[in-house]
Amino acid sequence: MTETANGAAPRPMIRLSDIHKAYGAHKALRGVSLDVAVGDVRVLIGPSGCGKSTLLRCVNLLEQPTSGTVEVGSDRFVFTENGRMPPARQLERFRTHLGMVFQQFDLFPHMTAVQNVMSGPLIVKAMPKAEARDIAMALLEKVGLAEKADVLPRNLSGGQAQRVAIARALAMEPAVILFDEATSALDPELVDEVLKVMRGLAEEGKTMIIVTHEMGFARDVANRVSFMDAGQIVEEGAAAEVFLRPQNPRTRSFLSRFHMRDGAA
Amino acid sequence: MGYEFDWSGVLNLKLWGSALSITLSYAAATIIGGMLIGVVLGVLMLSPRLWVRAPASGYVQLFRCTPLMVQIVWFYYALPIIAGFSISAWIAGGLGLTLYMGAFCAEIFRAGVISIDKGQWNAARALGMSYLKMMRHIILPQAARRMVPPFVNQSVLQLKNTSLLYVVAVPDLMYKSYEIAASTYRPLETYTVVAFIYFLILYPLTKLAKRLEARVDR
Repeated sequence: MTETANGAAPRPMIRLSDIHKAYGAHKALRGVSLDVAVGDVRVLIGPSGCGKSTLLRCVNLLEQPTSGTVEVGSDRFVFTENGRMPPARQLERFRTHLGMVFQQFDLFPHMTAVQNVMSGPLIVKAMPKAEARDIAMALLEKVGLAEKADVLPRNLSGGQAQRVAIARALAMEPAVILFDEATSALDPELVDEVLKVMRGLAEEGKTMIIVTHEMGFARDVANRVSFMDAGQIVEEGAAAEVFLRPQNPRTRSFLSRFHMRDGAA
Repeated sequence: MGYEFDWSGVLNLKLWGSALSITLSYAAATIIGGMLIGVVLGVLMLSPRLWVRAPASGYVQLFRCTPLMVQIVWFYYALPIIAGFSISAWIAGGLGLTLYMGAFCAEIFRAGVISIDKGQWNAARALGMSYLKMMRHIILPQAARRMVPPFVNQSVLQLKNTSLLYVVAVPDLMYKSYEIAASTYRPLETYTVVAFIYFLILYPLTKLAKRLEARVDR
């Protein structure tokens, strides 16, 4: 089950407490609590529609929780039913601390690869162009796409586009990166190049929350895993534990449907 | 048929010149005015707040769902009664055309903005962009391209609609042809010529719209 607050433990990077999210009568999240420590790679798994993506979108408040508390670093937001979103300014500043990578990449189609990566520093932080470009080029280098800097998104493969999207998120130097099924829209042969970049980030000690269906990758890279079902976290633990000895019958049945592939999945 | 054409009294450039310039000026001025109204109303219609959105939508529905001819006549004959001062035909006609164009432009603007994929909004917001920055740098550059073809189409319609100015006796092309036909007793030649003038202006414009559409589809 969910971890409870422990006064002795160091303050987590992210703490979600009793998050509920309802869309009309449909309850997408039903009391989710989650702690993610600095440097943790937390993987969220579970069947489609279990609320993983909704939970992720509640972390950077793209989605307003119906109730519950979202804490990231020193920011703390308490939501109550019929309550309002925090002021726009505060939200915007908050989101700069959290990078997000989307299933459909969502690169800006009217900008080249390097302009996409520069967009955060340039538009949000109002950084000088030359400086933003240097940062962007270094990040494109890092994801192996320096030679595609001046290419428009429509001329990139899915794997390349997603790597540019990761670079775009990194350009803001976020404390946490959220991956929302980052490889689900990719052709199978393009999945590895993206996972490789994500693996590299994990090894650097980036704090990450990853929603994925790549179980092999999840087992390799995650240090903690949360299994969600029907809007709740039903099992949570160290990756090795959850994958090898799932306790909850629902986790067991879910995991049994995957053939674990070794290595990069 | 035995009809003998006589173009001599009709094919006189001087005759049409001032009418043509009135039609073109009205078209240009009301298109620009309509565009400005459209952008403002379009922005209001996109507001999450009902009390901001509702009046703008009401305006758009009102002007889209009543005939332009009725609007022009209303501004000329009815508005002065409420306003307590007379409104010249020039103003009444221009007002009707501008407000009418504004309603359609608002809809074009709104449709262009909401046609942008949800993912673009999410990506921009996730980076921490404010609404204004997101609009300026991410949404509007993409939406503007999609607005151009319907806007050019609407402008073509607008130029044709200026012919309704004749009901309040603004001497545009249509009104002038009416006058010429009456003085020369040559309606066949006159109205053929006026149709041809409209066609010469509008055909290239529709061609342009087609080309722009092809470019946006790319």
